[in-house]
Amino acid sequence: MTSEFQDIIEVSNLVTHYGQRQVLKNLNFSVKKGEIRVIMGGSGSGKSTLLNHLLALLKPTSGSIFVDGLDVVNIKGKPLANLRKKMGVAFQGGALFSSMSVGENIKLPLKRHTRLGEHTIDIMTRLKLELMGLAGFEDLMPSELSGGMLKRAGLARAVIMDPKLLFFDEPSAGLDPVTAVELDELILKLRDAMNMTIVVVTHELESAFKIADKITVLFDGEIAITGTVDEIKQSKDQRIVDLINRRPRNEQVDAEQYIKRLTTGKN
Amino acid sequence: MLAVTKRKIEHLGDAGISLVTSCARLGLFLAYTLSRLWLFRFPLQETVKQLMFVGARSVPLIAISGLFTGMVLALQFYDTLIRFGSVDLLGAAVAMSLIRELGPVMAALMVIARVGSATCAEIGIMRNEQQFDALDCMAIDSYHYVMLPRLIAALISVPLLTAMFDVFGIGGGYVVGVLIHGLSDGAYLIGMSDAIVFNDVLMGMVKSLLFGLIIMWICMAKGFYLHIEQKQAGAEGVSQATTQAVVLSAVLMLFVDYIVSSLML
Repeated sequence: MTSEFQDIIEVSNLVTHYGQRQVLKNLNFSVKKGEIRVIMGGSGSGKSTLLNHLLALLKPTSGSIFVDGLDVVNIKGKPLANLRKKMGVAFQGGALFSSMSVGENIKLPLKRHTRLGEHTIDIMTRLKLELMGLAGFEDLMPSELSGGMLKRAGLARAVIMDPKLLFFDEPSAGLDPVTAVELDELILKLRDAMNMTIVVVTHELESAFKIADKITVLFDGEIAITGTVDEIKQSKDQRIVDLINRRPRNEQVDAEQYIKRLTTGKN
Repeated sequence: MLAVTKRKIEHLGDAGISLVTSCARLGLFLAYTLSRLWLFRFPLQETVKQLMFVGARSVPLIAISGLFTGMVLALQFYDTLIRFGSVDLLGAAVAMSLIRELGPVMAALMVIARVGSATCAEIGIMRNEQQFDALDCMAIDSYHYVMLPRLIAALISVPLLTAMFDVFGIGGGYVVGVLIHGLSDGAYLIGMSDAIVFNDVLMGMVKSLLFGLIIMWICMAKGFYLHIEQKQAGAEGVSQATTQAVVLSAVLMLFVDYIVSSLML
């Protein structure tokens, strides 16, 4: 098998601007089938923007993104809908619909895209809730769940259609250490049980090191490194070393630029 | 001096561009929503759910406000008509004012207060909590699943609520005119049926249909484009979007009211 067939995500020369500001600077990377890829980086590094591109929610300034062989930059209509049916997305806050119960939220994709009977849908929903440790919570409203439960319910909805590709935005953010570890275990279990390719966006080091096959680290919209956990740990790049050792950035201040910023309010 | 003038012209230009963009966005939003009627199957289940919220749950408010509006109207007309010895025209005056003008406008204002504000806030919060992104990622069309059922529910409910408002208003007028001031009930009811023609009812219904469209369209669009139009994020943004939606839909409704009245009178 050639690498073309193994790569489920291929990003080439990706450039994005928000107004005049360049957010992503010529990104190139690929993700293989069945891999858990963690995209790491601090706040403002561009990882959420990159995720939005991969989900076809945002159009880049230039560059190409292929997901499962389809050009998501130019895709729309039915082909995009068909691709999205093969993808699951677990959002940071769960993004559950507050007017529906947890069970109704999880059933929604099945009800909209399949002709399965009510009874079958109920069983599949309970199966996923069991997998997420949320058995018996299907009649509760999202407002009655804790942060960790919301994330797991969001994950249950993301995997209800048994997607080939799962995206998970900040699984550990805002969770207590025990719940965060439980979610990491769940991600590993999902990959092993359902043979999914999983892309996780996070800034949590511990979580990344535990689940990742490969890690892509972003700094200021550029890929600093892509490698296995060991390769990241052994990296000599000062920014990576600082990230691993949680050292604050020690940026040199340009005196002239600093005075200009203070007096004019512009860079 | 030149710099200040240049800056003022720039501000004016920016405001003009922003206004045109905003109008285009609203227009596209309505076009996208209505196009889902042809592109997808009819969203029956969601529409019934929204009919419950927009229509059925508004009935008590419409009943109470209609009753008191009719009572006040009858009180004012009675006081005026008695000076000219034309108190027999009370029923006709109350019914005509309600059916042509006050019924559609007051019912629409009640719907804006109860449904429009809630819809804008709900959709704004959905935007803030990435629920529209989630719908996109689940290959569920937001315009078809969220917007179209609400729009259809408003188009059905608002004319019906207006008719109810008229009935309760006429009832309120009856209480004041006949039961309190002792006017003959025959004069009240026959005067009304003699004066009202089909065109009056048609005018009220055309207005209420357009008001239903305007209210739901503006309130949904303001919530949906919260992330583009509001400078503040979070609760502050939702609050501002809701205020703008209520004000804009009420003003636009009154503007359309004048246009329809001038065309149909």
